[in-house]
Amino acid sequence: MSGQGAQDAKFFQRGKIQEFRAELQAAETKDKKFTKRKTVLKKIVANITMGNDMSPLFNDVIQCLSIPSLEIKKMVYLFLVCYGRSKSDQIRLVMPSFLQDCEDRNPLIRALAIRTMSYIPAPIVVEELEDPLRHALKDRDPYVRKTAAICVAKLYNADPRKCERNGFVELLRDLLLDTNATVVANAVAALTEIGDRQDGVIFKLNLTVANKLLAALGESSEWGQIYILDSLLRYVPEKHEDAELMAERVIIQLQHANSAVVLTTIKVLLYLMNYMENRRLMDYICKKMGPPLVTLLSSGPEVQYVALRNILLIIQRRPQVLKNDVKVFFCKYNDPIYVKLAKLEIMYRLAREENAREVLAELQEYASEVDVDFVRKAVRSIGRLAIKVQPAADDCIKALLDLIETKVTYVVQEAVIVIKDVFRRYPGRYEGIIPTLCANLDALDEPESKAAMVWIVGQFADRIENADELMDDLTYTFLEEPTEVQFALLSAAVKTFIYKSQSETIKALVHKVLKWATEEVDNPDLRDRGFMYWRLLALSPAAASEIVLAEKPAITTDADRMDRGALDQLLLHTGTLGSIYHKNPETFIRGATGKALTDSPALNPLSRQVLVPVARTHLLPPTTIRVPGPVDPRVANPPSPVLPPRQNGASLPTAVAPSASQDSTAASPVTQDLLGGEEDGDGEGDTEDHEHEDLARAQAVAPASDPYAALDSAFGGHLAGEPRPQHNGDANDDLLF
Amino acid sequence: MISAFFIFNQKGEVLISRLYRTDLKRSIADVFRIQVVSNSDVRSPIITLGSTSFFHVRINNLYIVAVTKCNANAALVFEFCYRFISIAKSYFGKVDEEAVKNNFVLIYELVDEICDFGYPQNSEADTLKSYITTESVMSTNIAPEESSRITVQATGATSWRRGDVKYKKNEAFVDVVETVNLSMSAKGTILRADVDGHILMRAYLSGTPECKFGLNDKLVIDKNERGTADAVELDDCRFHQCVRLNEFDSSRTISFIPPDGEFELMRYRATSNVKLPLKVIPSVTEIGTTQVQYVVTVKTNFSNKLSATNVVVKIPTPLNTTTVDCKVVSGKAKYVPAENVVIWKIPRIQGGQEATFSAHAALTSTTTRQVWARPPIDVDFQVLMFTASGLIVRFLKVFEKSNYQSIKWVRYLTKASGSYQIRF
Repeated sequence: MSGQGAQDAKFFQRGKIQEFRAELQAAETKDKKFTKRKTVLKKIVANITMGNDMSPLFNDVIQCLSIPSLEIKKMVYLFLVCYGRSKSDQIRLVMPSFLQDCEDRNPLIRALAIRTMSYIPAPIVVEELEDPLRHALKDRDPYVRKTAAICVAKLYNADPRKCERNGFVELLRDLLLDTNATVVANAVAALTEIGDRQDGVIFKLNLTVANKLLAALGESSEWGQIYILDSLLRYVPEKHEDAELMAERVIIQLQHANSAVVLTTIKVLLYLMNYMENRRLMDYICKKMGPPLVTLLSSGPEVQYVALRNILLIIQRRPQVLKNDVKVFFCKYNDPIYVKLAKLEIMYRLAREENAREVLAELQEYASEVDVDFVRKAVRSIGRLAIKVQPAADDCIKALLDLIETKVTYVVQEAVIVIKDVFRRYPGRYEGIIPTLCANLDALDEPESKAAMVWIVGQFADRIENADELMDDLTYTFLEEPTEVQFALLSAAVKTFIYKSQSETIKALVHKVLKWATEEVDNPDLRDRGFMYWRLLALSPAAASEIVLAEKPAITTDADRMDRGALDQLLLHTGTLGSIYHKNPETFIRGATGKALTDSPALNPLSRQVLVPVARTHLLPPTTIRVPGPVDPRVANPPSPVLPPRQNGASLPTAVAPSASQDSTAASPVTQDLLGGEEDGDGEGDTEDHEHEDLARAQAVAPASDPYAALDSAFGGHLAGEPRPQHNGDANDDLLF
Repeated sequence: MISAFFIFNQKGEVLISRLYRTDLKRSIADVFRIQVVSNSDVRSPIITLGSTSFFHVRINNLYIVAVTKCNANAALVFEFCYRFISIAKSYFGKVDEEAVKNNFVLIYELVDEICDFGYPQNSEADTLKSYITTESVMSTNIAPEESSRITVQATGATSWRRGDVKYKKNEAFVDVVETVNLSMSAKGTILRADVDGHILMRAYLSGTPECKFGLNDKLVIDKNERGTADAVELDDCRFHQCVRLNEFDSSRTISFIPPDGEFELMRYRATSNVKLPLKVIPSVTEIGTTQVQYVVTVKTNFSNKLSATNVVVKIPTPLNTTTVDCKVVSGKAKYVPAENVVIWKIPRIQGGQEATFSAHAALTSTTTRQVWARPPIDVDFQVLMFTASGLIVRFLKVFEKSNYQSIKWVRYLTKASGSYQIRF
């Protein structure tokens, strides 16, 4: 333990430039073994760390380069890396020293010199670096060559055209065939970096080179293996056998201790499988991928998180992977919250009839935990499980009712939200629990749950005896409610009215609500909807009934799954940030290049059919774009009758009469208000985001043009808290530092 | 790739700041401080703001942070942070604020060496120590020939081992450490029981030894000797980079040239026939709203020649507990209000024996009657010379051209820490 003796903590003190300068000058005399200057330099480095600007000491510090001590040299170099760029004039003074080091007999010194120089992208340094770098790329020492390879990437970053003109890219390409695996790996890393740039040289591999790289794989360090494996995605197999052979060669890397090697290997395998034909081999690969993925869950929590987010993608594309392993995703009580949430999502995905009972028992357990967000998602998952696995629905509903019993407000609210969906999935099966829900009306104080409850009351108004009273209660605060709830109330009031047209309460109520919606509310969409209902009721109550209570298709969990083409594309980013956010990098990282499967004779026909071309770069992140403006009433209208309106057929004619009798008062204001409303609307022009569940779900059927439109709702629109990159709102979404 | 590497202390002060790329400035550290260090509710180890992503790993009172501006390989970034921690441990023994501050110059040297332009480079502690040391051992007076040897090794096929290792006594110690994960439902059914095994090796062997390592791996035994009962089914194995994966793939032999000193040779996972060393039988009754009655029995489930040591049972109590009256025959039990648990410590339980805890918790009456979440009982323990999976090291053979004799030692340890959970 060589370091235990060090006592450098005392240097972490703010110091003044003048003092340091004086100390450095004083240290020039009687400085045995240079300890005095070492001490001052340490103080300076500590101050750089603390964020104090030490650049005024530039000239004083570079004086120390003449001292024959590697420790001092490294500190001075660190100083130069920090301030070299801003002192492009004075940097000239250190060039002789650098160049001398480039010629040193010691390979570590040679490498250190070019490494440090290439960190300083000042024109003069770049200029001076050219010759030594050219030599270094052909140095007899592999350590110097591997350092030089990365230097080319740095140089390219500083001045791409110059780097190309000087032939460095070609030299780098030659290093791909170097005898030393570490050199090869760094050359691959550098070429990848250059190839990923928008203005960079295209970096592709043919079979010969790819095979050469594979040969270097065995001798590379773990990091080198990652760079090499990663680059294999730049090779496009032309024949099924090529892909199959390559997969057989990389599959052993799944046994590596480094999780990044494992995930990158999986990325390569998933990629190659698109070009394979041999079903047995593909099944074998899928079987082989499962255990290493599970083992990643015994790594640190951060790596677990990365693995879990990737597993979520992988099992959607290759469902046979891990299909019998739902138990390993059960949450431990002390898992970090991000691990728990990611596991929850996978548990839901892996739930089937055979394991639904176990999964449900777990979800019930989680529903009593402490973290509110986790509990809510657990409750939602119970509902989603009911929707997904029909035979488990009864048990799930029972579990939800038990949870409602707890009276914990956020649990009750989540339960109500999912039960609404359960009603739509299984029309006519669970309406018996409506009274229990109604008993908990007071607990609902969040827009989403309130809207869900209002929808239920409106939808089943014919079954709820006191629906009119409930509606009266609910609409009491109509004008203070959030838009989402107002929409629900408006529709529910109309439905209740159609069901119970005799009730005087409801007659007055619907009138009141329509009047509020059209006269008092600022939201133009809500106003429009109000007018639409009003006219509908006025002109043809029968048509109103048919439209408002029209039979809607029962919901399914089909929309939960991501589109195959989108998945194929996302899986090209396995292990990276994109795979964590489930977004293509070009949509949230400035300057990132998109990836797409490349067509070749070997590409399997289905993959070709759903092939997604690379999106244009610099697209605005799709997440921030919500559909503002007019809401399509067919879609945004939460009511979606489960019961055919015919049941009420007998009362329909009478339903017409009252509304007609109101018409003398109601119909004429409509036209007036309509005009007035439009004027208001023009004046204001502000639109709000409507995040209706129904809207999200309806859009889940992705329009062909944008395969990612479905992505946000790929989780049933449930996961508001999905991990995602944050944006600052303005178009210039980057941190300007 | 990685644009910057930082170490923060708990207060958000920067202890190490190394920028690898010019696409961001040191002031980015302030963003991390505000977004993560001063945020009491951090819900992800990765935070992406615009195009900038912050990856952090916590260790003791420190944040190890990597910042990227590209679609970085997240697994690689975290592995790099873990690796930094293990290198720091190997150099200074511990990784905390004091150690980082005391060695900051060395750390700057290290982070310059193990990562170039954001691409992790050779990071084997053993090799690093041959040319990055604290007290300026490595100065220009090291002969260039010596440096060449180092560089060849740092970039070579066995980058993890120096060639000139010499020991008087050639010894190798193998530690099989198994961590048992258990989650048992309130009804006593096993929801999940599996073993995370680590095989740690301390090799003090001269020269360039070629090692072969054999386990009672079912796949190997079934092939060779039919009918042997004690084989273990391993779900998955992962190896240190020194192990030749192609040989393992073709014949399941584990052969390698070990690094010098301590390293983790392999990790494995087993899920079938897991022998649970301790059985915990809880009985927890809530009496009305003001009392909870506990009876918890811990039974050992292994030979009476062995014993479980450092047994710590954490028994949760409701949040509104005022006092807990505990009765134990063996060990000590104490109510810890800050954690809402009773901690029952038993220094040793012999095989075949059991221990019982009974207690009575008094609760204050609260106005808001929220249901008690009943977190699981957690048990930590260690059992020496026992493997929950049944794994046995069958042999470790060492071949070296000088043909020396070597002594090998094997130890087994099964333990649980924070992962042995019983619901009630």
